[in-house]
Amino acid sequence: MGGCHHSRVVPQSPGDCALPSMAAHLPPPPDPQFVLRGAQSPVHALHFHRGAQGCPLLFSGSQGGLVHIWSLQTRRAVAALDGHGGRCVTWLQTLPRGHQLLSQGRDLKLCLWDLAEGRNAVVDSVRLESVGFCRSAVLAGGQPRWTLAVPGKGSDEVQILEMPSKTSVCTLKPEADAKPGMPMCLGLWQANSSPRPLLLAGYEDGSVVLWDVLERKMCSRVACHEEPVMGLDFDPQKARGVSGSAGKALAVWSLDGRQALQVRGTHELTNPGVAEVTIRPDRKILATAGWDHRIRVFQWRTMKPLAVLALHSAAVQCVAFATSGLLAAGSKDQRISIWSLYPPP
Amino acid sequence: MDPARSEVRLAVQEAVHTLSSSEDGGHIFSTLGSLKRYLGDTESPALPREKEEFATVHFSAVLRCLAGVLSPGWLELLPDSRLEELWASFFLEGPADQAFLVLMESIEGTAGPSFRLMRMAQLLAEFLRAGRMAALMEAQCRQRMLPGFPLLRETLLSGVVGLPDRLGNRLQRGNLAEFLPQNYFPLLGKEAVRVLQAVVDSLRGGLDCSVSFVSQVLGKVCVHGRRQETLGVLVPGLTALTEGSCLWQRVSWRLVEQVPDQAMEAVLTGFVEAAPGPEVLSRLLGNLVVKNKKAQFVMTRKLLFLQYRLTTPELQSLLGYLAMDSQRRPLLLQVLKELLDTWGSSSAVRHTPLPQQRYISKAVLICLAQLGDADLRDSQDELLAGMMVGVKCRLDSSLPAVRCLGMIVAEVISARLHTEGPPLRFQYEEDELSLEMRALASPRPAGDGVLETPAETLDSGVPQAPLEGSDSELDSDDEFVPYDMSGDRELKSGKAPAYVRDCMEALTTSEDAERWEAALRALEGLVCRSPEATREVSVELAKVLLHLEEKTCVEGFEGLRQRALVAVTVTDPARVAEYLTSQFYALNYSLRQRMDILDVLTLAAQELSRPGRRRRAPQDGHPRPGSCCSPPLATSRPGSAAAPDWRVEVEERIRSKTRRFSKGTPRLVPTGGPNAFNSVAGYFFFPLIQHFDRPLVTFDLLGDDQLVLGRLTHTLGAMMYLAVNTSVAVPMGKALLDFVWALRFHVDAYVRRGLLSAASSVLLSVPAQRLLEDLPGELLEARSWLADVAEKDQDEDCRVLALRALLLLERLKDKLLPPSP
Repeated sequence: MGGCHHSRVVPQSPGDCALPSMAAHLPPPPDPQFVLRGAQSPVHALHFHRGAQGCPLLFSGSQGGLVHIWSLQTRRAVAALDGHGGRCVTWLQTLPRGHQLLSQGRDLKLCLWDLAEGRNAVVDSVRLESVGFCRSAVLAGGQPRWTLAVPGKGSDEVQILEMPSKTSVCTLKPEADAKPGMPMCLGLWQANSSPRPLLLAGYEDGSVVLWDVLERKMCSRVACHEEPVMGLDFDPQKARGVSGSAGKALAVWSLDGRQALQVRGTHELTNPGVAEVTIRPDRKILATAGWDHRIRVFQWRTMKPLAVLALHSAAVQCVAFATSGLLAAGSKDQRISIWSLYPPP
Repeated sequence: MDPARSEVRLAVQEAVHTLSSSEDGGHIFSTLGSLKRYLGDTESPALPREKEEFATVHFSAVLRCLAGVLSPGWLELLPDSRLEELWASFFLEGPADQAFLVLMESIEGTAGPSFRLMRMAQLLAEFLRAGRMAALMEAQCRQRMLPGFPLLRETLLSGVVGLPDRLGNRLQRGNLAEFLPQNYFPLLGKEAVRVLQAVVDSLRGGLDCSVSFVSQVLGKVCVHGRRQETLGVLVPGLTALTEGSCLWQRVSWRLVEQVPDQAMEAVLTGFVEAAPGPEVLSRLLGNLVVKNKKAQFVMTRKLLFLQYRLTTPELQSLLGYLAMDSQRRPLLLQVLKELLDTWGSSSAVRHTPLPQQRYISKAVLICLAQLGDADLRDSQDELLAGMMVGVKCRLDSSLPAVRCLGMIVAEVISARLHTEGPPLRFQYEEDELSLEMRALASPRPAGDGVLETPAETLDSGVPQAPLEGSDSELDSDDEFVPYDMSGDRELKSGKAPAYVRDCMEALTTSEDAERWEAALRALEGLVCRSPEATREVSVELAKVLLHLEEKTCVEGFEGLRQRALVAVTVTDPARVAEYLTSQFYALNYSLRQRMDILDVLTLAAQELSRPGRRRRAPQDGHPRPGSCCSPPLATSRPGSAAAPDWRVEVEERIRSKTRRFSKGTPRLVPTGGPNAFNSVAGYFFFPLIQHFDRPLVTFDLLGDDQLVLGRLTHTLGAMMYLAVNTSVAVPMGKALLDFVWALRFHVDAYVRRGLLSAASSVLLSVPAQRLLEDLPGELLEARSWLADVAEKDQDEDCRVLALRALLLLERLKDKLLPPSP
């Protein structure tokens, strides 16, 4: 594992994780708030949205190509958007302005939906060049213009587009000798102090790379995993991020003042494979979607394991948090479970 | 005739006459006053020659006379107790030995409680308080040996040492606090220090002195069992005084050397117990062990091999003392060799009690820590050879504690002696004992006895940098309570077969490790759910499970296999038990498999005999850790109210001897029902008990495989106990008693324990009436055997078990006797 140093490894083997006597004092694992059925296809993407009139919505993208819109009040699907020709929907994101939804599909299309006033029509779409599983990322403030990062044409490239004009700002391509493999997951963000957008990308070789978008420069690269990085999330306030891979470990890394990434620790999991890692918006806890059918919850500050949620009967593909603290997990078993753990005050 | 002598004699005669006849206080007073001249200390002391004459020849007579005239009226002849003071001063100021003897004599000669007795006793207490005992001993130290003297000395000695006994006998309830042993002997110790101080002073002044009387007193006190009280005062005093003073040290050495041989053991034991460490012991004893044969015997043999009462620090003192001087070190090496011989002797392993074995082991480790590499080099091979022999016979033992001692000591020895090459490593449980033993092996830093704990240094060495490092944020208060995560196990792919037959096939033929493991995990549940399907293949399945080997590392393999086997046995008890018991005595099984068979049979029997078991839902997958419950056996059974404590007791024993991987789930409502073990107990029990005395090529229960025999005895005992309230219990009990009788003198303690608990099981399970009618002879024999074991067995557990069985027998008698109206 390259330059990683294990400053903290929490034992996770069954024999170690909890003494029987301790287990007696711990509360049993919680049950979900409710479970959404009816996607009729494995769920690959989830996104919470604070809908019109304060009615919270959940978008889910399925392998069957549909995007379902669920009302969290009625717990029913409100609508199903069919825009990807029956190909798997891998990524969903709403834009802060207007009621617009971005959906990425395996049909190599990224659709922009207009959902305002009950409409659900594709208003624009971006042609993607990559057939990989890499989810796109978006950086949008209040301005009409926003930035989109998508996997690029070359297998190791990331393309940055300015939207809604769809102008290609730049293509981030690692140097020839770096060979990180394909990008697997992306995260765009902007430090408060500077206007420069930064991109975090997890690559196939298990490394996480920080790109300076404007300079098209690889600022830092750190090898966190031995397997491809499947998901990452970043907490700009703490300048710390977490990534999960196809392997058995979560890695926590941090960014110092000179924009150098540094591994702060790894956390062994019982079973390999993390599809997505998400930190709750209030940055108290984080959740991982496990290929082992389980959702794991950790305290973000200490990485203390808090819960292992074993509800699904197949791999969990995605996890998402609402600002209200609700946690949603979508699984290959076609179900979406909604949980409320450690609700924020 | 010497004029001085005759003058003294005349004066004394006159005084004696006056004392015995006169009633005139003034006259008596002046007569005594004139006698007092001879004791010195007055304005006109007598001539030295006269004094000496008085002290040696007449003093005792005068004192006797004074003691004889004592009565309340006599003392009040003069007011203000002036006469009484003068009277007492003769006893307190004259030569102490004579005063002491006369005091003792008159106290013992006075019959019954009386004024005189009490007054004399008070005077003796005053005598003690005034420190006259030191004067007495000091005088003995200064005197030259005179002919006829030993007798007086002997009298004095027994008087000094026996004072508390004699006074106690004489005064009975009126005894004074000064004469109680707990007060008197510390005083004696203090006085001995004072005497030694005087001896040292006079040696400094160039006068010759002997401490032999003090030595004799000391010896006699210690022989009388009062060494703690006396040496508890004397040794600390000597410790302080000998520090930095050669003269004091020589006096101390001399003191111990002069102790008579028969008292040497008691005195040395006392010194070892009272000395705070080897340095002090070395200062006080010098090279005594080299000079004195008896002391050498006591220190190098008796305290180490024939007794085992020293505590570990005392043992460290003793062996440290041997190590501290180059003259004594060869002795220590010799001791180490002999200790190792004993440690490794198979007879000692078998016949000495466990505490003694621990003692010897500790001594070996301490010796190793005390000896330097240079000392060990020459005899390295010999020691290693001794160790190897010992390890072998210890590992052969069936008692875990004995094995553990073997492993710990062997690890330490090999690390110490066999420095090249990898050290020996055994797997044993870390407990208090093993930690203590290994701490003993690390050499103590010179000067202080404080052992540094390695754990502390280890702890501080590991960097405990928290993940978040510097950011101690506001959110430090959100300590979320984690949920129970014990269910977080490795994910197995869902290849588990759904039918018993499929499981069997997967276990026998599958090359796919995951499928194999899934089949093993699913088997117990499947067997419980589908008893009919299981019965069709039960024996075959049992065969597969019995021969199952762990191909890949499967967590909890042993437990899974055992649970599955138990489930199969419970489902089809008669046929599977028949198969298993026949395999127990078959060729070509490993000891492990044979013991597995025994465990499975016990567990299955327990399951079958559990009341209300049919209502139990089949146990699935992983039992949650922490969901233990009390063993179902002991909870409820008809008639258990009669002897609940013994049920629990025996159950406890069975449980501690049986390897168990899972326990039944708690039942809320105990319900009555027939014992399902009833109809099949014979299949379990009789085949096992029949063939134990027929050795096979690979399996000899009465020979090397005594561990299995021990397990067999425990299994049979457990089955007997589980067969309570069954019709087959009586023949089972009879067979078991015969079995016990045949093996009762087995050398292995584990086997004997099994036999004893089996005997208890018989007493518990067979109805009392039937016991008396069918087995009276066996009972009588068992009784005498149990009494013998309870008294003489060297294994403590055996003694306790025998005692319990005896008590059960007693209860049986109570049960049979008609209740008295």
